This record gives sequence, C-alpha cells and structure tokens, in this order.
Amino acid sequence: MKPSARITLAASVLLVLLLAASAFALHQVDQIRSRVDLQEGLYMMSPKVAKRMSLGYDGLLADVYWTWAVQYFGARHFAGSRHYELLGPLLEIATTLDPHLTVAYQFGGNFLAPSPPYGAGLPRQAIELTEYGIRNNPNDWRLYYNLGFIYYLELRDYTKAAEAFASGAKVPGAHPFLRVMAAQMAQHAGELPMAKMLWTIAYQSTEDRDIRNNAASHLLSLQAEEDILNLEKLTSLYQERTGHWPSNFAELEAMGILQTPPLDPLGQPYKLEAEGQVEVRQPNRFPFLGKDPAAGHLPPSAKSSP
Amino acid sequence: MSSRIAHIASNTFREAVRDRVLYNLIAFALLMSGAAILVGQISIGIERLVVVNLGLAAVSLFGMVIAIFIGIGLVSKEIEKRTLYTVLSRPVQRWEFIIGKFLGLAGTLVVNTAFMAIGVFAALLYVSRAFERTDVWILVALYLIILQFLMITSIALLFSSFSSPLLSAVFAFSLFVIGSFAEDLRGFAGMIQGFSRWLAMGVAYLVPNFASLNVITSVAHQQPLTGQFILSDSLYALLYTGMALSGAVLIFEHRNLK
Repeated sequence: MKPSARITLAASVLLVLLLAASAFALHQVDQIRSRVDLQEGLYMMSPKVAKRMSLGYDGLLADVYWTWAVQYFGARHFAGSRHYELLGPLLEIATTLDPHLTVAYQFGGNFLAPSPPYGAGLPRQAIELTEYGIRNNPNDWRLYYNLGFIYYLELRDYTKAAEAFASGAKVPGAHPFLRVMAAQMAQHAGELPMAKMLWTIAYQSTEDRDIRNNAASHLLSLQAEEDILNLEKLTSLYQERTGHWPSNFAELEAMGILQTPPLDPLGQPYKLEAEGQVEVRQPNRFPFLGKDPAAGHLPPSAKSSP
Repeated sequence: MSSRIAHIASNTFREAVRDRVLYNLIAFALLMSGAAILVGQISIGIERLVVVNLGLAAVSLFGMVIAIFIGIGLVSKEIEKRTLYTVLSRPVQRWEFIIGKFLGLAGTLVVNTAFMAIGVFAALLYVSRAFERTDVWILVALYLIILQFLMITSIALLFSSFSSPLLSAVFAFSLFVIGSFAEDLRGFAGMIQGFSRWLAMGVAYLVPNFASLNVITSVAHQQPLTGQFILSDSLYALLYTGMALSGAVLIFEHRNLK
C-alpha cells in the first residue's frame, strides 16, 4: 500500500471512529444534563429581552417558542405530570414575540385551562393569555369562542361565557353558533347541547384531519349519549306504567311509545340491559361515551373557514 | 463610463460565483425542505408560518453574511493581490471601480435571493397545497430584504475602502446589529432630555434602520402593506445606500494607494 493510501485509510477510519465517539460522549452529557437546563435558559430570557435579541426575526423566534411550548406540554402530558410551571412563561414569550400568533392563544389556552390530566389546571392564566390575544387580534372570533369556552367549562361562569360568546358573535364572519351559545349560556343550558355545538364548530371549522376525526368521534359519542338518555326515559316510563322493566325494545313499540327499533349513529341496534339501561353494542366505536362531553376539546383551527 | 462599470460589475459577479458563494443555496434548500417536512410533526398549526418566517429569515441572514464577508474584501483583496493597480492603470476612475464592485455584489445577492425565493415558494406550496393571493406580499418582503442587502453592501464597501477586512467585518456586523435596534434607540431618545436626547436621536437616524425594512412577521400573517410604506422604505434604502457609497467613493478617491 502506498503511503498516501495508508494516510487516506487511517484518516477515514479516524473520522468515522471519532464521530461515533463524539456522538457517544454527547449522549453521556445529555444523560447528565437535566430539565433544569430548560428552566435556566428560560429565566435568562424574559419576553422583552427575547424580543430585542431576535434582531427583527421575532416571528421566527415566536415559532420556536411555540414549538417549545407544544413539546413541553406534550412531554409532561405523556409522562402523566400534574405540574406545568414553564408552560405559561413559554406561551407568554411566544405571544410577546408575535402577538398575532393566534394558534398560541387558541391551543395554549386549551393546554393551560383544563384540570390535570387534560391540562395544566391554570384557567386564570389561560384567560389572561386569551384576553391578551383578543386585544391584539380583535377580529378573530375563535379567540372569543375560546375565552367563552374556558369560562364555561373551567370556571362555570355562565355570565362571562355568555359575554365572550356574544362579543365573538359580533365579529364579521363569526360562526353562527356563537350567537346561539351566548343565548344558551344566559339560560344555563344543559351540557349536551352545548357540547354538541362546541364539537360541531370544531368539526366544521378545521382542515386538520386529526382534529376533524377527533371532533367527529366526539359528535358520534354525544349523539349516542343523547339517544341513550332518551331511550332510558322511555324505559322508565314503561316501568312506571307496567311495574316492571322491559326486556326488549319490541315491548316499548307494542306500548306505542317507540316507533321503530332504535339504531345507534353507526346503524347498530342498541342493547337493552337490566333495569332499563341502554348500551351500545360496540363501545370501542364510541370512545367518549359517558365521559366529560367537552374533555380533550381542541379549538377551531387557525386555517379554518367559518 | 457605463461599460467600464458594467465590466467591473460582471467580473465581481463572476468572481463571487467562482468563490462558490452560491453553494449556500444547498444549505438553504436543505433547511427549507427540512422545515417543511418536520415542523408539522413537532408543532401545531404553524407549518405555513414557519416556512415563511424561516424562509425569509434565512434569505435575509444568508444574504447579510454574504454581503458582509464578500463586501469587506472587495477593495482590500484587490489591493492585496495588486490587481487594483492594473485596473486603475487603465482609463478607469476610482469611483467607477467602487460603483462597479457594488453593482457586481448586489447582482450576486439578487440572483442568490431569486433562487432562494423559488425554494421558499416551493416549500410553501408543499405545506399549503395551493398559493393564496396574499402570498404576493412575500415577494414584497423579498424586495425589502434586497434593499437591506444594498444597504449592508454599501456599508461593507465603505469600511472596505479604508480599513482591514477583519475590522471592516466587525464594523459592518456591528452596524447590522445596531441597525436592528434603531427603533429602541429612538425610544431611548424619547425618554431622556437635553443634549443626550439629540445625540441619541442623531445616532438613531445615522445608523441604518434595518427594522423598518423587516416585514417578515407581518407578511407571514398575510397582513397587507401599503404602497406608501413600500415607496418610503425604498426611498430610504436607496438614499442610505447612496450616502454610504458616496462615503466609500470619497474615501477611496483620497486614499493613498502607494
């Protein structure tokens, strides 16, 4: 082998070996470094400092902070954590850098507001964030919708929720349901019609396939829940009249209180259990049946059309 | 006169291409395709925003780096290689040399930006599936970025006309950073009184105001820009560039090249 070929071979082997060794060393460093690094990095950078340090590329830095917030929330949520100390500051920095980053208000509010395990359990911070978003984007109806949603679901403040929905309804291009929801709030309407409207807005106003599928799944479960409630009212009525529970739906039809055999939203017949209880045949097809009707709610997409 | 300037400009352009300046386009292409594919998977709802923000920021930063690092060597390299004496021994005026160098580098940056713009729009098409009417504002943002390049190139050339490449790079980069804080300088001037106020205000108007030419964030949000704003910005950038070039010509005319 010529000397130059030997050097080439040795250099190539060294290059590969040292690259692998440096990657291994970095991996060791990563093991030692804890999440504290994130906190330290954050506290060094207040929103105002971050704005100045961005040298005019504040939009890009806001995107970075928003992605950071999403990753932080996702990692904590996945780990089953109940503490989200950095979520608020991360969202504050992202929205100070870019006050028009509406997605950060919409989804950020929904990360902050719900109680664990669905969110950080910080509804007041979520309201502050959303109100800041409204001040900077007064023509975005989705932010009023989000604000009303937080007041309604997390604080049960019907008056404030009604105000938020009513303000949103005045925005040109707002979803027509906002006006209805404002009225429903004022009347303290039931959970089910409210949840159906929320999920309908989410379904109709997004182009995101995952959010759309999630909304459709919720709407199916809500429809089944409404059917079950109505059918159980009929079985109770039957029990009141006859003194015993019906054993099948045909008995309800024979009494004239049911016209046809009831089918669930997927076209399957409902099951009638003991003591007039009604169930679906394939509960796995209705994952949100019997759960908090608005749990896991995501706001309308930024790409949405009313 | 114009043919001499054109010759110097085309030679400067060819030299920049020979120096593999346009290789930065490969890094840019990788950055854009990576961002377009990855951001959707690690974030929520900002695919389009990131493509516009990152794309335009990269166009701006890559161009600034090229403008500074090529610009600072435009004169000093010619002196070092002694090619300047060959050029000036012909019927070429010193000011023609400066203007030709400026136009050559500006042309390189415009070509570079045009290729990058294609990359930005390709990535945008990938994430959005279709263009929207408001995407035309991205072209306006690119135009304003090119105006920034003209300003920084003229500044680099100004420093290059009397200083060493290293110092020129430090001066030009410092002015880029200070120019990005120009709005803060004005805010600071508003908070103080007396002579200091006028001094701060004077500095704020003296340094190049790059912030006024940066519309990346508003364009990313599809916010329109007024014709008057674009016109005023264009006028400001061209006047400032002209001022810096005049300074470069003035210094170079009186520089002892022996």
